[in-house]
Amino acid sequence: MTQNHKSMLALISRWLFTTNHKDIGTLYLILSGIMFFIGGIMAMMIRIQLYRPGITFIDPNFYNQLVTLHGLIMIFGAIMPAFVGLANWMIPLMIGAPDMALPRLNNWSFWILPFAFLILLSTLFLPGAAPNFGWTMYTPLSTTYGPPSTDFLIAAIHLLGISSIIGAINIIATIINLRTPSMTYMKMPLFVWSWFITAFLLIIAMPVLAGVVTMMLFDRHFGTSFFNAAGGGDPVLYQHLFWFFGHPEVYIMILPGFGIISEIIPTFSRKKIFGYTFMVLAIASIAFLSFIVWAHHMFTTGMALSAQIIFMYTTMLIAVPTGVKVFNWVATLFRGAITFETPMLFAIAFVILFSIGGFSGLMLAVVPADYQYQDTYFVVAHFHYVLVTGALFSIMAAIYYWLPKWTGHYYNETLGQLHFWITVVAVNVTFFPMHFLGLAGMPRRIADYPLQYTDFNQIISIGAFVLGLAQIIFLYNIIRTIFYGKKATSRVWEGAQGLEWSIASPAPYHTFQT
Amino acid sequence: MDEFGKSLKVSYQLNLTTGVTPLSHAIYHLHMIIFWICIGIGIVVFSFLFYAIIYHRKSKGAKAAQFHTHFRLEMAWSIIPFIILALMAIPATKVLIQIRNTDKPDLTIKITGFQWKWKYEYLDSGIQFFSNTTTPFAQIHGSQPKDQDYLLTVDHPLVIPIHKKVRFLVTSNDVIHSWWVPDFGTKQDAIPGFIIEAWTRVNKPGTYHGRCAELCGMNHAYMPIVVEALTEKDFAAWVIQQKTGVAPPATSPAVISSEKNKALPVENKSETTSLASIMQKGQQIFNTTCAVCHQLTGEGLPPTFPALKGSPIATGPVEQHIHRVAFGKPGTAMQAFKDQLTDEEIAAVITYERNAWGNNKGDIVMPADVAAIKAKG
Ligand SMILES: [Cu+2]
Repeated sequence: MTQNHKSMLALISRWLFTTNHKDIGTLYLILSGIMFFIGGIMAMMIRIQLYRPGITFIDPNFYNQLVTLHGLIMIFGAIMPAFVGLANWMIPLMIGAPDMALPRLNNWSFWILPFAFLILLSTLFLPGAAPNFGWTMYTPLSTTYGPPSTDFLIAAIHLLGISSIIGAINIIATIINLRTPSMTYMKMPLFVWSWFITAFLLIIAMPVLAGVVTMMLFDRHFGTSFFNAAGGGDPVLYQHLFWFFGHPEVYIMILPGFGIISEIIPTFSRKKIFGYTFMVLAIASIAFLSFIVWAHHMFTTGMALSAQIIFMYTTMLIAVPTGVKVFNWVATLFRGAITFETPMLFAIAFVILFSIGGFSGLMLAVVPADYQYQDTYFVVAHFHYVLVTGALFSIMAAIYYWLPKWTGHYYNETLGQLHFWITVVAVNVTFFPMHFLGLAGMPRRIADYPLQYTDFNQIISIGAFVLGLAQIIFLYNIIRTIFYGKKATSRVWEGAQGLEWSIASPAPYHTFQT
Repeated sequence: MDEFGKSLKVSYQLNLTTGVTPLSHAIYHLHMIIFWICIGIGIVVFSFLFYAIIYHRKSKGAKAAQFHTHFRLEMAWSIIPFIILALMAIPATKVLIQIRNTDKPDLTIKITGFQWKWKYEYLDSGIQFFSNTTTPFAQIHGSQPKDQDYLLTVDHPLVIPIHKKVRFLVTSNDVIHSWWVPDFGTKQDAIPGFIIEAWTRVNKPGTYHGRCAELCGMNHAYMPIVVEALTEKDFAAWVIQQKTGVAPPATSPAVISSEKNKALPVENKSETTSLASIMQKGQQIFNTTCAVCHQLTGEGLPPTFPALKGSPIATGPVEQHIHRVAFGKPGTAMQAFKDQLTDEEIAAVITYERNAWGNNKGDIVMPADVAAIKAKG
């Protein structure tokens, strides 16, 4: 009994007090997985309600809460922690560092997160409503009209922000200081480059979010009127500040994905990445442009014509470096010796489907057309192509790619391929018809709709359920790989290059120690 | 497929509407240009991608080439997209300038978003009215089959003349809404405290549908927009009819004038004093105007939308109850109804609220009581 008790305590303190980058990476990935399934269940509930017109499953007030929490959980709970987890695991291994530069801060930046999400999810059980104004939290719906639980959301966002900033500082410190001597900046793997730049985006963007939610808190309780016209404020000011954070945030969620794809495609093409220098420059220019395009989320707010024109031009400009990335991935594939293991399948699907998200993004940049697209399902289709078939696919590819290195076992390839093919079909059945709904005039964030939108909504709901259920295969395959599976070699993949493949599989608890 | 949507013409609509205004036509053109540009780029890029996937497989004996950089090629595919985009930006900018040019309107209408209805004010003729959804609760909650025009109908559509430049001044009374009619290519956020201009010029008479496009709270889905575009002659007749109150058809808006606040005509007097008939009228108004928040059962959705059943307001002093309905509660979804409902309607709905759901106060509120409290402010 006491023996059990002691080993239990040892287990808890092992994970609670760990400063090991591999442990913390694993913790981030587990948290991300849990949040992915919670956010997914919320999406399923949304799709049941939208399966047919009328209030058939949940009332509109709860619907709005689900829409809000689905967005927040998937962005801050699923996508971002997954990328930070991958950074923790892989950056030290890729640059030959013994650990992250600031291991204790690393522990803290993770352990803040579970509490932040407990606070956020507790709003569902508080009297009144959970936040019900969308993840964008537009004022005055979130201030004057927001439910009491909004204050919990603000507290949770502050915690998430602190965690992200600490994590970003740690990544920058690690990359600058702990590279193995022979690794100059222009020899760093592209995954490391992409995270290096993403970390700067986080440090610049997150404080703006913290500031803007604090202003919300003051408007709600301390009598200020930053966003209240009746007191001399401006509700649109909120949107400017929010999107000054929000647009870089979009790239925070995709740049590490670019890095991952740039690792996987060369490995399975057995060929060096094409145009390394241009790839680095493209990431840097996308990061720079991300700070001067924010108002394209607000083209219908009535801003000045000159502002609309400038933001249209800067937004269109983003297509240039993004195009360079896609062209270079295709050039890497070209005349390679390609094989199609699961990570490669997800990477190729990423290139194609992310490009479709990029195309709709280009269409949205054209302001007159945006007058028709803004706030419709066309936008919902666009950002799900970018975030699901973009960010999420890159994370799935990364997990399949590095899982043998982490666990020492190959995952089951048949299950991996099955997971891929169901996912890639379902994701298109789910999100492609949303383009049509948006063009036909269906606004986003509505709990009920006229009959003309019924057919597509039913197709979408069916697709969404297949997509959701297919992820159980993914989960099963990961858990199975931890315990069973063919023993992995240290190189793992025939075409793999880079330091992380020079160490044993599973990666020893301590690596590159001098 | 199922009981809905079988006979709908617009089911499976794939593309944007071309619409009925010069702006919507121009927007549609831009939409198609940028769409074909994307398709063109997609075909080129994906052809190379699929060629590589099919012919450069290891299983087909492909050997990996060694090339990994080509400066000129990379410069080319940076510069060519830039040129395509620059060419695209020119027509886009031209159309945008047109969209924002609200000069020399023939007619100006102020549009105000409310949770969850629209108010239209014709600044030239003084006509003003609210536009509410008319889809019955029973259809929303599924106890009654849905009509083909489910969530597409309002009590008082916006009426505009064709071939005239109609300027909209868009604002909001509470949270941000967005007034959008796809056939006009007009979408303008309604922002509380700010008035923003938009415009349209409709070519074709007809009925056009739109919706609120910005999440504005619980009933965001229940803010339809209906616009009737009439020929100039019909529009002139409509204006006269609205101003003089001559033979208003059943569907036309109530005239807002001094007449509005008069008590009921004498011949109805005996009827209005009977509790039962006032209750019936009150229930009708409650169900269309109040029940979206306070619910048909009067139980509300606390704490945002408080219950009326057994509430301190609905069972307390009648003056406070009238004041709350007439002047609203600032900073909440409870609006001031003094300009939305007549004194008679307010009296009826309050009478209903004080006697329904077991509130049994037995009060009968008279329009004069309402007028008195409104006058005091
Ligand atoms: Cu609205």
